[in-house]
Amino acid sequence: MQKPKLIVDGKRLDGRGFEELRPIKIEAGVLKRADGSCYLEMGKNKIIAAVYGPREVHPRHLQDPSKAVIRYRYNMAPFSVEERKKPGPDRRSVEISKVSREALEPVIMKELFPRSGIDVFVEVLQADAGTRTACLNAASVALIDAGVAMRGMVTSVAVAKVEGNIVLDPMKEEDNYGEADVPIAFLIRNDRIESIALLQMDGRLTLEEMKKAMELAKKGAMQIYRLQREAIMKKYMKEETEEPEEENEQ
Amino acid sequence: MRKIVMPGDLIAKNPRAAGYGTYVEKGKVYAKFLGLLDKTDTSVRVIPLKGRYIPSSGDVVIGIVREVTANGWIVDIYSPYQAFLPVLEYPENAMRNKKVNEVLDIGDAIIGKVLSIDPKMKVTLTMKDKVCKPVRVGRIVAINPARVPRVIGKKGSMIKMLKSELGIQIVVGQNGLIWINGDRRKVSIAEEAIYIIEEEAHTEGLTDRITEFIKKKKGELENAET
Repeated sequence: MQKPKLIVDGKRLDGRGFEELRPIKIEAGVLKRADGSCYLEMGKNKIIAAVYGPREVHPRHLQDPSKAVIRYRYNMAPFSVEERKKPGPDRRSVEISKVSREALEPVIMKELFPRSGIDVFVEVLQADAGTRTACLNAASVALIDAGVAMRGMVTSVAVAKVEGNIVLDPMKEEDNYGEADVPIAFLIRNDRIESIALLQMDGRLTLEEMKKAMELAKKGAMQIYRLQREAIMKKYMKEETEEPEEENEQ
Repeated sequence: MRKIVMPGDLIAKNPRAAGYGTYVEKGKVYAKFLGLLDKTDTSVRVIPLKGRYIPSSGDVVIGIVREVTANGWIVDIYSPYQAFLPVLEYPENAMRNKKVNEVLDIGDAIIGKVLSIDPKMKVTLTMKDKVCKPVRVGRIVAINPARVPRVIGKKGSMIKMLKSELGIQIVVGQNGLIWINGDRRKVSIAEEAIYIIEEEAHTEGLTDRITEFIKKKKGELENAET
């Protein structure tokens, strides 16, 4: 297939500017049986995350007597992409699970729950580039919703190089035909970016480009961070405003 | 209304004020988990909105026996950690000449007390306390353990009200299990009331609203009888 023109008149294929995110929708607490959960849409990505725990670890030999073990499972539904994805873990999803887990591990206060385990499950229902970043955002909201003790919030966003331009939050075409894709996750505490929790790169960037990418990612992450907070706030605010109605029913 | 805080929110600059649900880094106090901020001049703490029960010694808990061993029982206390109740911590007079599984068997519920927790989070229970007993009658209701303080109320006001209004027995386990015993219909009212408390835990004037609710339900009950 011939490579399509990705940038026309300084605008991207979906009409976004270079520094613009795709529309994001986050909802916390969507699953009743999970301790914490989150549904997230980031452009055409649709992600659902569930958190269980701290709970007992099975099999037993995985237990750590000094801290909690964290298990992160990234999985793509067979129908999440155009061509059916063979179900089950593969090289890619195992790797994404590992790096995402390592991004969350320093943020969660594992030492408070020795011998226990915290399970994070994220399912990609529909994929459109940047699923690992969307999954991390969803997982982070689900963890907070579960009441897990953490140092702050993990917020993640990807940056790409497309036809020589550094763009924020690439979509599928830009990811497929672009020159570089850089997913980044930050630890954000108290409205401030404290540290980088994850950084991967597919393709090449010059130092200058990397600096610019980082600036863009920081800006994008702050926007997502606010939406993540809002989603959690909304859940608990909703509980309060619903009450008068409930009383009328009785 | 109290402010909702999220992990990592800066809530105080005085590390000496740091209380439950907070952590200190570089002399600043941050929230540790999602909760309601309770801040006074001398202290700051976060009241959790959600989360599992983490045992601490002296807590009264309700548990279910999952396993019987030669020297005690393994009890599920609905926390990340299972608890162990040694035979020696069961009142002797009830034990005499009985086998371990004749006293308590798998599936039996107990009201116990957390005796100790070691650094590896091995929880030991005791039954040698006057509130402790095996549960053979009544009903057990499970709620979010973070809401337990509201079911008890300020200095036990809520629980006292429930007991006196309905004339039933209630024991609240810190792990979110609540044992209710008494007249079946009244137990049902109490169960409903507890679910409302759980649902509306972070609102003002809850005790008054629950009192009203119970009076209404009691009225309905009496009307149905006549």
